[in-house]
Amino acid sequence: MIQFVNVSKIYNNKVVALRDINIKIEKGEFVFLIGSSGAGKSTFVRLIFKEEEPSRGQILIANRSINRLKKKDVSILRRNIGVVFQDYSLLNDRSVYDNVAFALEVMEYPGKIIRQRVPEVLEMVGLAGKADCLPTQLSGGEQQRAAIARAIVNGPQILLADEPTGNLDPDTAWGIMEILNDINRRGTTVIMATHAVDIVNKMRKRLIALERGEVVRDEERGVYKDEV
Amino acid sequence: MKFRTIGYYFKQAFKSMRRNFWMSVAAVSTVAIAAFLVGIFALLVTNVNFMATKLESDIEVVAFVEVDVPRSEVLQLEEQIRSLPGIASVTLVPKEQGLEQMYARYGRDRDLLGALGGDNPLPDYFVVKAREPDRVGRIAGQLAQIPQIYKVDYGQQEVERLFQVLGWVRWAGSALILLLVGAAVFLIATTVRLTVFARRRELQIMKLVGASDWFIRWPFFLEGFFLGAFGAALACLALYFGYFSLLDQVTTNISFLALVTDRAAVYEILWKLLAGGAAVGALGSIISMRRFLKV
Repeated sequence: MIQFVNVSKIYNNKVVALRDINIKIEKGEFVFLIGSSGAGKSTFVRLIFKEEEPSRGQILIANRSINRLKKKDVSILRRNIGVVFQDYSLLNDRSVYDNVAFALEVMEYPGKIIRQRVPEVLEMVGLAGKADCLPTQLSGGEQQRAAIARAIVNGPQILLADEPTGNLDPDTAWGIMEILNDINRRGTTVIMATHAVDIVNKMRKRLIALERGEVVRDEERGVYKDEV
Repeated sequence: MKFRTIGYYFKQAFKSMRRNFWMSVAAVSTVAIAAFLVGIFALLVTNVNFMATKLESDIEVVAFVEVDVPRSEVLQLEEQIRSLPGIASVTLVPKEQGLEQMYARYGRDRDLLGALGGDNPLPDYFVVKAREPDRVGRIAGQLAQIPQIYKVDYGQQEVERLFQVLGWVRWAGSALILLLVGAAVFLIATTVRLTVFARRRELQIMKLVGASDWFIRWPFFLEGFFLGAFGAALACLALYFGYFSLLDQVTTNISFLALVTDRAAVYEILWKLLAGGAAVGALGSIISMRRFLKV
């Protein structure tokens, strides 16, 4: 599904974010990406949806290199990848419903499908009763659910989550993890960058640990170790 | 492109104009003023052109024949002139007719002409009209080369002076237009840039969920387009009422001044202004988007 082949990313100011990464993630996997701040987790995530370009190496998605995609194909790629951030990235001037519908509008879905899909997704993330609220009227956990709803509303193959529980208390974080797990069980590949030791240790999913831009561990059903 | 999407573009464009209301007012005013001045200038040039053309086409070349040329030769000469290229008409005014005209002109003092003692000292002359105004000079030259013709007259200096004025007006006007168009483009670019800046988060998310570049661009493009078109429309209204009321005044009070009264010609200028305003607006927004859309 997703493959990194000798991928390095060096930012303009000579900071090496990733060094010679070789990783293969299969369709339907749930992967934790761990490592301290600056280890390269965010860069890893951003390379997949082409927010950043690799300095060296190839990134393959569904066996096709995304290195030299045309602008038009980049937007098509992004339609197949849902992204969730730590800061939710919701538009505060419109309701939860409109935030989720916005994604479909941008992808030029017909109104009938939008009116059908948005309530379904809000139901799934447990926000059915909050459709008309503004993001600012929601708690952090609810905002993140709204962001997840927006990311998955068009049924992408891949869901990327960059520290989605970073701003949430443990209980709320678990609620989010249940939703992500649920999405993964429905067949979506989920890649989540995180610091949350608790979550990683309890979920026992594939774990890729980054340190100074290099993969130091890649284990099935991995657990956080103290040294990371 | 789907119809629904087009609706979305328009909604977004008008929404952001409302949001940046005063900036939009500023941009519209700039375009309006620029278009108004350009319009005045265009009308001015059109009118001066019109006057010059009218004056030129009215110009007759008068060629005087040597007094001692016999009539038969004069008639041959008439044929010769008629065969020159670009001649619209040739009228021979024989010396007898010239004398009659002189009698008529002198009216009560025609007795003075008795002093001529029956002789007719006047030459025969030809009144030649050119088919096109710009041939007048050449025709005059050709007539002057005919040996039996001793003098050729036409309103050369007046025409040349008019064309000189026209050239000057055009030059100064073009510089002015360039300046104004530049200012209008700049202001619209700034307005749209403000909009882009205000909505950069939204744009980022749009990119993230896979909006195509043109999906993002269209609303801004339309915003610039409408700011430009709206400004130009205001200018056109002012020019329309201004020009035709001026025309009324002039035709009743200064009737010898020949102005363009053809409505179609005026409408054409106004249409071009409107299209130009919209184009300037669209250009402005394209300029400001180019830098900002690299999300």
